[in-house]
Formats: sequence, structure tokens, C-alpha cells
Amino acid sequence: MTTANTAMFQASRLNQRNEKVQVLYRILFGIMTLMLITPVLLILGTLVVKGGGVISWEFLFTPPTDGMRTGGVLPALIGTIWLVMTALLLSVPIGIFAAIYLSEYAGDNWFTRTINLAIINLAGVPSIVHALFGLGAFVLFFGFGTSILAASLTLAVMTMPVVIVATRESLQAVPQAFREACWNMGATRWQTIRRVVLPNSVTGILTGVILEVSRTAGETAPIMFTGAVFFTPFLPQSVFDQTMALSLHLFVAATQVPGIAEDVPYGIALVLIGLVLTMNSASIAFRMWLRGKKKW
Amino acid sequence: MAISTTASRATIAAVGGADSFDRRNADWYVDKAVQVLVFVCGISAIIFVLGIFVFVTKEGIGFVFQHLDFKEFFLTPYWFPSDADDPEYGILALMAGTASVTGLAMLVAIPFSLGAAIYIAEFATGKTREALKVLVELLAAIPSVVWGFIGLVIMNPLIIKWFDVPVGLCVLNAGIILGLMAAPIMTSIAEDALKAVPDRYREAAEAMGATRWQVTYKVVLPAAKNGLLGGVLLGVGRGFGETMAVLMATGHAVNIPDSIFDSVRALTATIAAELGETVVGGEHYQVLFTIGILLFLVTFIVNLSADLIVRGIRKG
Repeated sequence: MTTANTAMFQASRLNQRNEKVQVLYRILFGIMTLMLITPVLLILGTLVVKGGGVISWEFLFTPPTDGMRTGGVLPALIGTIWLVMTALLLSVPIGIFAAIYLSEYAGDNWFTRTINLAIINLAGVPSIVHALFGLGAFVLFFGFGTSILAASLTLAVMTMPVVIVATRESLQAVPQAFREACWNMGATRWQTIRRVVLPNSVTGILTGVILEVSRTAGETAPIMFTGAVFFTPFLPQSVFDQTMALSLHLFVAATQVPGIAEDVPYGIALVLIGLVLTMNSASIAFRMWLRGKKKW
Repeated sequence: MAISTTASRATIAAVGGADSFDRRNADWYVDKAVQVLVFVCGISAIIFVLGIFVFVTKEGIGFVFQHLDFKEFFLTPYWFPSDADDPEYGILALMAGTASVTGLAMLVAIPFSLGAAIYIAEFATGKTREALKVLVELLAAIPSVVWGFIGLVIMNPLIIKWFDVPVGLCVLNAGIILGLMAAPIMTSIAEDALKAVPDRYREAAEAMGATRWQVTYKVVLPAAKNGLLGGVLLGVGRGFGETMAVLMATGHAVNIPDSIFDSVRALTATIAAELGETVVGGEHYQVLFTIGILLFLVTFIVNLSADLIVRGIRKG
């Protein structure tokens, strides 16, 4: 009797085999995950080891010297900040309003699906095609010339999906009951959005904006022919000037400058990665903090 | 009834004036104005995509109408655009370059990113899962020019040393770089697709005594099939359109590759490398835009089919 009972609760051979298979697959996929992540971490480690020595305040805050073979990255850093800020000024308002339309106004129909498809395409069209568009539209057709304005407009069009998607998600996370309560008080649609929906999602929108900063700062191809130049000794004074940019500066330093000091391109790469990853980490940390704080 | 309505209207009019019943106050007009503004911004994505097509076509269509010989353009590997007497525009070698690099990249990226996505979504729990997700997201953020730099200064010497070849800038190099680059993106899309499968499917299967792997293999994967396929397609689109990394890691030689150690040149990289030297409106300039049209159309079709496939699950 007792033996029969224990036998009943013992794993059958089939169960044992299933269990074994499951452990095997778990290990296999675990290894695959590691193999995906480890090489990249090793590579980043190598960059830090090789370029870490050159990073200093002086590297960040002096211009390149000796035909870009030595010296710092100041004009490229300033140029990237100009490009990112101008692009944000253009894409954030449009992106947020576009997200408001999709989340608060649009119905579930073919028209909305077309907009969604367009957003996917905007994010998916090759960056070099965005560059061609920027050249054809902003530089030549609208006559901005190769300038920060033209480059930033190109970047804005390209990275807008980041803001739209993040904003739409955070708007949709606001419970419908909040809106209904507000409508019942006689508020118009816009009053509801401005006083109830936006305040409850503003931090989520900010997450998207930070993410967009990181995306915009790293792009190279779209600015190559629209506003960024290989070298200029001048810092930009207005949006109609040309400028250097960190991402293009890395490309130039790595491929076009013979006899460059070996650690300079590593240093540029590190500054760029540092900028992008800091922004991204900030965005992720912000999101996690939000999730912990959420009241509903 | 009609009389009483009129009567109450009259009362209201007498008490508060006719306007108080009219909702068209300042707030109403603001609301309408904002609605228009929001709608215009809402359709901006469509306008921009159309704008991209129109402007790239506008610059490149001249070549299509005047000089384009379909057979020469698509079927010959001779790309000598700056030859003064007899420039030749055959993009076969460039297409072969793009295809070989993207193909190798997908060979690397698809199995690993699907494996990683399954691990993160189905096996990992708690802190491990959160940490892996953050890590994958950060890896996806590394700019493409940095990847190109990595191909140039880290992969290049490694390939020369390991495989004893004269040049390390080749299909293998660019394929690995592009694969590492596309994998995090594909992992997050695939993980989203797996997460979209309702938990009650998993619970039902586990209640029947299935192990985690059986749940994954028999229930979750079939249910997430379309989402995964869509993710893979989006990854292919990304790899296909990648510019800077491919420009720096392929060796940039017009060549139909025989082996993975051959240098090649991609369609995207060709535009990036040559556009700066061309004369606006010239034949060479126009042919680069024509390649741009081609790239636009291919990625459009890839994205469209990814979207249709993903939509397929929602209906089914």
C-alpha cells in the first residue's frame, strides 16, 4: 500500500525524459543568449581599454590639431549638440501631437493602419535614403543649403517614430476612466488631454525623448551630405552654418586621416558610445522608476 | 411636446441669454483648432514617407527615363560611374555584395536572437530577465558608425590572424558585424511577439503537465509564429539598409564574392561613398538616386509584408 502510493508520486520515465529535455533546452538558449551578449561586451571592453587613456577634459574641450591627427573633439561635440537640439525642437512637438492623434482621436480603421505603416516605414527606410531625401528636399528644394537646419530636419524625420511610439504607449497607459470622468464634468476633448491625460503620461513621454536624443546623436549617414562636414575650424553660430559631428568625425578619423594617433579614433568612439549609452540608460532607469511609482 | 420645448428654450433665453445654450464658446473653438492641428501632425508620417519617395524619385527619375538600360543596370557587374568617356552602371555586383552580407548576417542573427528571445521571455525570471532585457536594449543602441569602426580596427586584424588571409575587410567581417548589430533589435521584437501570447495559453498547457520547453515549443511558438516572422523580416530590412557599418567593414571593392573572405561593396555604401563627389543633377548623381529609389521600394515591400504578417495573427 505504502509502496504503491510512493510509486504514484514518483516521476514516470516519460516525465523524467521531458524534464531532462527541458533542462537541455534551457541551457542551450541560455548559452545562445550569452553568445549574443558576450562578444559585444568584450568588444566594448577592448574599446574602453584602448581608448580610455586618451579621454580627458582636455580631449573633450580642445579642437583637433595637426590636421586632425591629434587633439580633441570639441567642435564635433558642440556640433552634435546643435544637431540633436535642433532636431528635437522639430520632431518632439510633431511626434507628440501625432501620438495624441493616434491614441486619443484615431479610430481602428484602414486610415489609422496606414499611418502606422507609414511610421514603421519611416523607421525602416535605410538611413542613406533619408540622406538622399534630405539632400533633395531640404538642401536643394527648400534651399537651406548644407546646414545644421537641413541636417536636423533630416534627422527629425528619421527619428520621429521613436517619440511617436513612446508617447503613444504612455498615453494609452492612462486608464480610460480618467478621461470619462473628465468628459462627464463637461470638459472638451482637448481640455481632457491637456489637464488629465498629458500630466499623467509626461514622464513616459520624456523617456521617449531621451531615447530619441540617443538615436539622433549616433546617426551618421543622414547628415553626411546635408550639413555635417569632415572638418571646420569654426564652431557653429546659427542653424544655417555647417558643422562637424561626433559620428561623422569618427568615420573620418577612422578612414580618411592617414597617420592619425592610434588612440584618437578609439577616444572618439568612446565619447560617442558614452553619450549614447548614458542617454539610453537614463531613459531605461527613468522608465523603471516610473513603473515602480505607478498608482493604477 | 413641441410647445413645452419652445417654452423651456424661451425660459432659458430669458434667464441667461440665448448664448448660454450655445456650446461654441472659446473652449469649443480651441478644441476644434487643436483637433485640426493634431490631425495634421497625425498624418505627418504619411506625408514624410510620400515626401521621401517624391524627392528621391524627383532627383533620380531623370536617369531612369534617359539612360536606364534595365538589362545593363541589373545584370552586369561593371560599375564605373566616373569613367569620363563611357561610364558603366551595372549594379549586379553591388546587389551581390548587399545580399551576401545581409544573408550571412541573418544566418548569424536569426537563430541566436530567436534563442535569446525564447530564453528571456520563457525561461529567465525576475532580476535575470530584467537585466538581460536592459542589456539587449543597450546593445541595440550602439550607433552603426561605431560598429563600422569595430569592424575596421578589431574584427579586421582578428580575421587576418585567425584565417590567415591578406585582408580582413570582407563578407565575413561585415556579416558578423551586421549580425551582432541586428540581433538585439530582432531579439526585442521577437521577445515582444512571445510576450503577446496570452498567459492563459501557458497556464492551460502547464495544467496539463507540460514542461516549460513543451509549453514553449507546442503552444507559445505556434501562437507567436507570425509575430516572430514579422520580427525577422524587420531585421532583414534593417540589415539590408544598413550603411555606415557596411561601408567600413566590407572592404568596399566592387566584386561578386566567391568566398566569405572576398571584399564586396553594398548598394547603400556606394551611395554614401560616391554622392559627395558627384555633380548635382549629373548622370552619376542621378544613378545614385535611382539606387535610392530601389532601396526605398525594397524596404517598403519588406516592411509592408512584415506588417501584413503580424496583422495576420490579430485576425486569426
